[in-house]
Amino acid sequence: MRSLSWRAGAGFAVGAVLLFGVAPFALSDFRLSLLAKYLCLAMVAVGIGLAWGRGGLLTLGQGVFFGLGGYAMAMHMKLADAGPGEMPDFMQLYGQLDALPWWWRPFANPAFALPATVLLPMLVAFLLGSLVFRRRVRGAYFAILSQALAAAMAILLIGQQGTTGGTNGLTDFQGFFGYDLDDPVNQRMVYFIVAGVLLLLLAIARQLMRSRYGELLVAVRDSEERVRFLGYNPANVKLVAYVTAAGMAGLAGALFVPAVGIINPALIGIVPSIEFVIGVAVGGRASLLGPVLGAVAVAWAKTTLSEEFPAAWTYLQGLLFVLVVAFLPGGLASVVRLLRRRRRPPPDPAPVSPAPVVAQEVTA
Amino acid sequence: MLDIRGRWKGVLLPLAAILALSACGSKTGENESTGGAVADTSGDTVKVGLLNSLSGTMAISEVTVRDSIRLAVEEINAAGGVLGKKIEPISEDGASDWPTFAEKAEKLIREDKVAAVFGCWTSASRKAVKPVFEENKALLFYPVQYEGLEQSPYIFYTGATTNQQIVPGLDYLKSQGKTSVYLVGSDYVFPRTANKIIKAYAAANGMTVLGEDYAPLGSTEFGTIVNKVKASKASAVFNTLNGDSNVAFFKEYKSAGLTAATMPVVSVSIAEEEVKSIGTQYLDGQLTAWNYYQTTPGAANDKFVKAYKAKYGQDKPTSDPMEAAYVSVYLWKAMVEKAGKFDVAAVKSASDGVTFEAPEGLVTIDGATQHIYKTARIGKVGPDGLITEVWNSGQPVKPDPYLKGYPWATGLS
Amino acid sequence: MTVIVSQLFTGVSIGAVLLLIALGLSLTFGQMGVINMAHGEFIMAGAYTVYVLQKVITGAGWSLLVALPLAFAVAGAMGVLLEFLLIRRLYARPLDTLLVTWGVSLILQQLARDIFGAPNVQTRAPDALTGNIKITDDLVLSNNRLFILALALLAVVALTLVLRFSSLGRRIRAVVQNRDLAAVSGIPTGRVDRLTFLIGSGLAGVAGVALTLLGPIGPTMGTNVIIDAFLVVVAGGIGHLKGSVIVAFALGTLQSLVEYSTTVSVAKVGVFVAIVAFLQWRPQGLFTLRTRSLA
Repeated sequence: MRSLSWRAGAGFAVGAVLLFGVAPFALSDFRLSLLAKYLCLAMVAVGIGLAWGRGGLLTLGQGVFFGLGGYAMAMHMKLADAGPGEMPDFMQLYGQLDALPWWWRPFANPAFALPATVLLPMLVAFLLGSLVFRRRVRGAYFAILSQALAAAMAILLIGQQGTTGGTNGLTDFQGFFGYDLDDPVNQRMVYFIVAGVLLLLLAIARQLMRSRYGELLVAVRDSEERVRFLGYNPANVKLVAYVTAAGMAGLAGALFVPAVGIINPALIGIVPSIEFVIGVAVGGRASLLGPVLGAVAVAWAKTTLSEEFPAAWTYLQGLLFVLVVAFLPGGLASVVRLLRRRRRPPPDPAPVSPAPVVAQEVTA
Repeated sequence: MLDIRGRWKGVLLPLAAILALSACGSKTGENESTGGAVADTSGDTVKVGLLNSLSGTMAISEVTVRDSIRLAVEEINAAGGVLGKKIEPISEDGASDWPTFAEKAEKLIREDKVAAVFGCWTSASRKAVKPVFEENKALLFYPVQYEGLEQSPYIFYTGATTNQQIVPGLDYLKSQGKTSVYLVGSDYVFPRTANKIIKAYAAANGMTVLGEDYAPLGSTEFGTIVNKVKASKASAVFNTLNGDSNVAFFKEYKSAGLTAATMPVVSVSIAEEEVKSIGTQYLDGQLTAWNYYQTTPGAANDKFVKAYKAKYGQDKPTSDPMEAAYVSVYLWKAMVEKAGKFDVAAVKSASDGVTFEAPEGLVTIDGATQHIYKTARIGKVGPDGLITEVWNSGQPVKPDPYLKGYPWATGLS
Repeated sequence: MTVIVSQLFTGVSIGAVLLLIALGLSLTFGQMGVINMAHGEFIMAGAYTVYVLQKVITGAGWSLLVALPLAFAVAGAMGVLLEFLLIRRLYARPLDTLLVTWGVSLILQQLARDIFGAPNVQTRAPDALTGNIKITDDLVLSNNRLFILALALLAVVALTLVLRFSSLGRRIRAVVQNRDLAAVSGIPTGRVDRLTFLIGSGLAGVAGVALTLLGPIGPTMGTNVIIDAFLVVVAGGIGHLKGSVIVAFALGTLQSLVEYSTTVSVAKVGVFVAIVAFLQWRPQGLFTLRTRSLA
C-alpha cells in the first residue's frame, strides 16, 4: 500500500509538471487554449469513468450536466458583462423582455453562481437518479432514458430563445470575474485553473475508487442482487456515483465557458453526450487515468484529422467505437497493463489496487 | 485512509504559486487594446481562410459555398491575383458545430495569419465567431441572408439583410392582395426575428397574422402544423423553415390538399439546391424570396453559371448564398486594391462605395453598415426545378439592418 | 370538432409511423435485448432503396410496390451481417452493443454521404398517395398517412402471426423465454437469433420506404427517429408487441394533441416527461414478460 501511494504521488507530480511546467511553454497561445478545451472534456471523462467503468452505469446524458454547469457559469458571466441591473445583450435583441427573468437573477451573484455550476447538475442527477434507480430501471433502459433526457433538454433550451439564446447559446463574453478574457495572460490563467481542477478531480476519483465505497460500487456493477442480499441498497451506491459524475461534468461545463468562450444546446444533445463516452472507452473505462488520456487523445485526433480530412474523422470515430468497445473493452489501459505484467512476471503477493477488471455489465 | 496531505503538498504548492503569478492579466475595462493578430502578407502569396462546415448537418449547404469561394479565388489568381499576390486559400471545417467554428476562426487568424476569412452559414456560427474576429481585429465575409440587427465592425455581410429579402417578400404578397398570413419556421434566431418583423409589418399594412409555429431544427413531423395552417384559412404562408424540415413540410402540405394556387407559400430558405432535394412534385408554383437565381439574366451570371458547372458538374445548380460568397471574394479584392494594401483598417475605410458587376447585378458596399446594396427578387419554382423571377425591386435596395428607415419597425431592435 | 377529429387522425398516423419504426426494434431490442443504434440507418437504407429503384423503374407506383420487399431484403441483409460480425459476440454486454452499433451507424451515415452525396435526395410518390380523401371541407385524410397506417397494421398482424403460429415464431419465443433450455431442446439458438435480426432489420427497411412519403431522404434521417422508437419499446415493455402497439398510438395521439394547443418543443418534452413518469409506475413497461432470468 505504501509503495502504491508513493507511485500515485509521483504520478500526480509528473502530471502536474507536464501540465504546468511543460505545456505552457511548449505550446502557442492558440494550442494552449485548445488543450484547455480538451482538459475540460477530460473532466467529464473522469466522472464517466467512475460511473460507467466502476459502476456499470452507462451515462449517455452527461451533456445535460455539462450544459447545466456551463449555462450557470455563462449566465453569471453574461450578467457580469452587462453590469448591475442591466440585461444581457442578446436579451435586449431578441427577448422583448421588460425585465430580467426571475431565474436569471440569482446568477448575478458569484456566491450563488459558482456553487450552482456544480450543485445544480448534482441536484438534477439526484432527483432523476433517485427516481430511476429506486424503481430498478437499469442497464439499457437507463441508457436510453439518459439519451432522451439529453434530447429533451436541448429542445427545451432551443425553444426558449429569448431567455437562453436558443441555438446560438451564450457567447461573446468580455470578462471572467473581472479579468479581460481577450488578454492572452488571462487565457493562460484559465488554462492553469482548468489543469488544476482536473488534477483535483482525479485525486477525488482516486480516493473514491480506492475506498470501501469504491469496492461496493464495483460489486454493484458485477452483481447487484448479491449486494442487495448483503444488506446494502444498490440504488444508493449507484446514486452516489451518478451524482458525483454529474458534478464533475458540471464543473467541466463551467470551465469550458471561459476556456472556449461559448456554450450552446449542441453541446448538450445526444451526439455530444455519446461522444464523451468514446474517449473513456478508448482510454480504458475502469482505470483512473485511462479516461483522461483517452478523452484528450480523441479530442486532439478530432481537431488534427478534421483539419485535413473532415470525412475521414467520421469513419475513424465510428471505427473507434466498433473496434475498441467490441474487441478491447478494457481500452488502452488494458494493453498497458498486459505489457507491464509480461515484463515483470510475478508481482508481489500483496493485493494490488482493486482488481484490474474488464468491465462486464449485468444483463438488465 | 484519506492521508493525502503529504502527497498533495507537491501538487498544491506549485499550483498556488503559478496561479498567483499568472493572475496579473488586464482587467475588463482597462482596455489596453492588444492590437490584434496581424495578417502575414510578406510572401508573394496572400492567405485567406475558408471557414465552412464540410461535415455534419450543415455540410449540405456549406460545401457549395466553399466551392464557389474557391471558384472566385481561382479566377482571381488566373487574372493575376490581388496587388500582384496570388491568393492561397486555407480551408477549415466548422463541422456544423459552433465552438468548432470559433476554434477554427482563431486558428486561421492566429496560426495561419490570413488576411481575411470567408464563410459561416448559420447565424449561430456567425455569433460564435464574431467575438473572435473583433478581438483579433480580423475580417470575416459572411455570405448568407440573415436576420439583421447586427453590425460588427469586423464583418462584411454580402447576403441580404431583412429589408432586402423579407420586406420585399411581404410587399409582394400585399401587392397580390394577400391579406392574411400564417408563419411557419424552424426554432432558431432567424425565423423568430423574421417573424417579429413580419408581425410589425402586418400590423402597419392591414395584414393579419393568423398563427405562428416553430419546429425544432431537423424536425420532420408536420402533421399538426399543417392542420393548423389549413384550419386558419390564411391567404398565404410565410415559411422560414430550414433544411430537412422543408421536405417534410411540403410533402405534408401537398397531401393536405393545399396548393400554390389556393394558399401560396413564400420561402426564404429554399434555393435551387433545396428544390432539388424536396422534389418539384411538391414545390411546383411556390414562391421564394432571394436576390439571385440561376436564371437571373445578364452576362456576369452567364459566365458564373458556366464556370461553376464546368468546374463542379453540369447537374450542379447555382444559388443565392453561393453567388453572395463568390461576390464577397471579388469585393474584398476590390477593397484591397482601392486601399492599396491588405491592412484591415485600411481595407475597412476603403470599403464605402466599392462596386462589383455581380451575377445578381451591380452591388455596392455601404461603408456605414458594411452590408451591400442588393436587388430583391421574388421567384416561382418551375416544373424543371429552376426558379424564375416574377418580380424584382427594380434597383438595388439600400441595406438597413436595423430597419431604421421603416416607421412601423420602431421598437423592434 | 373537426379540429379534434383531424388532430386525432394526425395523432393516430404519427403513432403508425412510430409503430412502423419501432416494430423492428421490438423484435431486436424487445425480444433479444440488443440495443441496435444502427436501426435508424437500416431505415435510411430502406429509403435509399426507393431512390435507387426509381432510377430503374420509372413508374412511381410500381417502384414503391417493388421497393417494399426489396427494402426488407436490403435492410434485413445488413442486419444479418451486423449480427454475424459484431452483435453475436456481445450478447452478454448489452450496453457495449449500444456503443458498438452507434459506431456502425456513424460509419453507415458517412458511407451514405459518400455514395449518395450529403444533400437529401428526392423520390417521387405515386399520385394516388399525394392526394387525400375529403370528408368535409375542413377534414381531409391524406392518402399517404392512410397508406402508412394500413402498412403498420399489416406489419403488426403479419408479425403476430409469424410469432404465434409459425415454427420460427415458436423458436424465437422459446429462445427469448429461456435460451439455455431452448438450446438444450435442440433449437439452434444462433440461427434463430440471426433470423430474428433479419426480420427486425427488414421491418426497418419497410419503415424507410414509408418514410419517403413523409419526410426527407438523407444520411441523417435515421438518427432523427431512433430515440423516439426506443422509447416506444421501453415503455411498451420487453417481449410484447402488444405493448409497443398501444404505446405508439398513445404517444402519437398525446403528441399531436399537446402540440396543437402548445408548441412542438413542449410536446416533445412533454412526451419524455410522460414516459419517465410512466416508468415510475411500471418500471418494466406496460407489459412484462416472465422469464426465468433473475432481473
